[in-house]
Amino acid sequence: MQAFLNKMRDSVTKTQVWKSVFRHGYEDTPRNRYLQVLDNVWLHLHPTRIPRHAGYVRFTWCMGGITFLLFLVTAVTGVLLMFYYRPTAEYAYSDMKFLEFDVPFGMFLRNMHRWAAHGMVITVWLHMFRVFLTGSYKPPREFNWVVGIILLTATLLLSFTGYLLPWDQLSIWAVTVGTNMARATPLLGHEGPFGPELGMRPDNDVRFVLLGGTQVGPPTLLRFYVLHCIFFPIFLCIFIAVHFWRIRKDGGISGPL
Amino acid sequence: MDNLMLILGKPDNIPIIMMLVLFGFFTWLWWREARKNDKLIREGRYCELQAENNDRIFTWPYLARIEFLAAILVMVILTVWSIVLDAPLELPANPAKTPNPSKAPWYFLGLQEMLVYFDPWIAGVIFPTIIIVGLMAIPYIDRNPKGNGYYTWDERKFAISTFLFGFFALWIALIFVGTFLRGPGWNFFAPWDYWDPHKVVAMVNVDLHQFFGIRSSVVAFLFGGFVVTAYFALGVLYYYWKKKTDFVQKLGAARYGVLAFLFLCMMGLPIKMLLRWLFNIKYVWITPWFNI
Repeated sequence: MQAFLNKMRDSVTKTQVWKSVFRHGYEDTPRNRYLQVLDNVWLHLHPTRIPRHAGYVRFTWCMGGITFLLFLVTAVTGVLLMFYYRPTAEYAYSDMKFLEFDVPFGMFLRNMHRWAAHGMVITVWLHMFRVFLTGSYKPPREFNWVVGIILLTATLLLSFTGYLLPWDQLSIWAVTVGTNMARATPLLGHEGPFGPELGMRPDNDVRFVLLGGTQVGPPTLLRFYVLHCIFFPIFLCIFIAVHFWRIRKDGGISGPL
Repeated sequence: MDNLMLILGKPDNIPIIMMLVLFGFFTWLWWREARKNDKLIREGRYCELQAENNDRIFTWPYLARIEFLAAILVMVILTVWSIVLDAPLELPANPAKTPNPSKAPWYFLGLQEMLVYFDPWIAGVIFPTIIIVGLMAIPYIDRNPKGNGYYTWDERKFAISTFLFGFFALWIALIFVGTFLRGPGWNFFAPWDYWDPHKVVAMVNVDLHQFFGIRSSVVAFLFGGFVVTAYFALGVLYYYWKKKTDFVQKLGAARYGVLAFLFLCMMGLPIKMLLRWLFNIKYVWITPWFNI
């Protein structure tokens, strides 16, 4: 029996096709362990060997990785949601109802997108919290902390722009409250210090640029949709790349020197 | 109390509860690890920490397996969460019907709560900018070489206590108040209160100059300007007072200036909260262009 199973396995794994895809098995040799990481496009973000404490959850809290995972979840569910959603005032809300009641697993899809996004806000804060408490922003990792703050801000803005898209009372008023702050921008808002003196009016100030109108309306929906689905995801991807790259270049995970 | 349970149970507020639990747990975890490390350092056994850092383990399998397990765990939690709890969808958007209260998404409610104490140009524009820039400035201000790469408390008391105060008292707590204790008209409601949209609140707020009986608007303008300038001048005074200390020497004038400015801005919020809650003081400085 054992011989038969081995033969079956070999007939699959000892073929040219299999070997061309999978370079390594699971042999427990140091060489193979190096190669598992080096030859894998996803795992090679990691060094082949890490300090002992980098494997302790009580040190890393896993929060950076979980944040990245949640970002991937929102990206995948977000693309799927885009198949069913039209960012115009006429259709947006009815498309939400369509997702909720007609699309198979539509509600589940939307739930997962929303909860992953909220979870990402929490885990990114926890990640910052951990990095601060371990003093990991100290030299030589100063710049990566700055990149991290940019990512944190982008995460909040990504979440905020997505908040408008359901086009219900909750979203329109939450975004109204949020964007009302822009009127008070010093110099650039029509209610901000020295704004009126510089000729700012409700129809030409920074809030008008943001909303595409004097109140949250159909142009705002389209603007936030484009920001949410194109601008911020690309922005985030670029800075995530820099963030990961710099972890390695700055000497990997921080530890007692 | 029913009212509080109603708000607590809103699907969008569940993440806040989860966040509070998570931060409680991780703060406890930090404290445990920090005390352990501090004890080692006190006993002169820092080299044991270093030894752990110099000891290498294989990424495959020791890190990869943790990552995969964490990913599975998170996906299970997320899947269950998405099955059990539906994302909210209220009535269609109606610009003519303003809900009372209107609230920003929960992670911005700290900023919305600041609006009680500062005008929108500060609470909504200047403070967010200062928070972001201030966070970015941390590695360049903090010149303490200790506590790099391990949990500690003894070696970084000022940095950690300032950060924890800002994060918990001025961000998380304000989110909590803004979400759970602010009802119609953004009035304050205790957890056991009914959210009465007709709650009558006496308009008892005064400005600082009125508190001191100053009537002339010119004198009030000068007085308020003096108070605000004097507040920031405290940073300068402290510099000349502590100039000889190791702390200020290591920072240098430029870094000290940035640190003092950021620190005083941050402390401005709890100061104005106290002024409001204890003395009903609204503005400190009134000018024709802006109020502080």
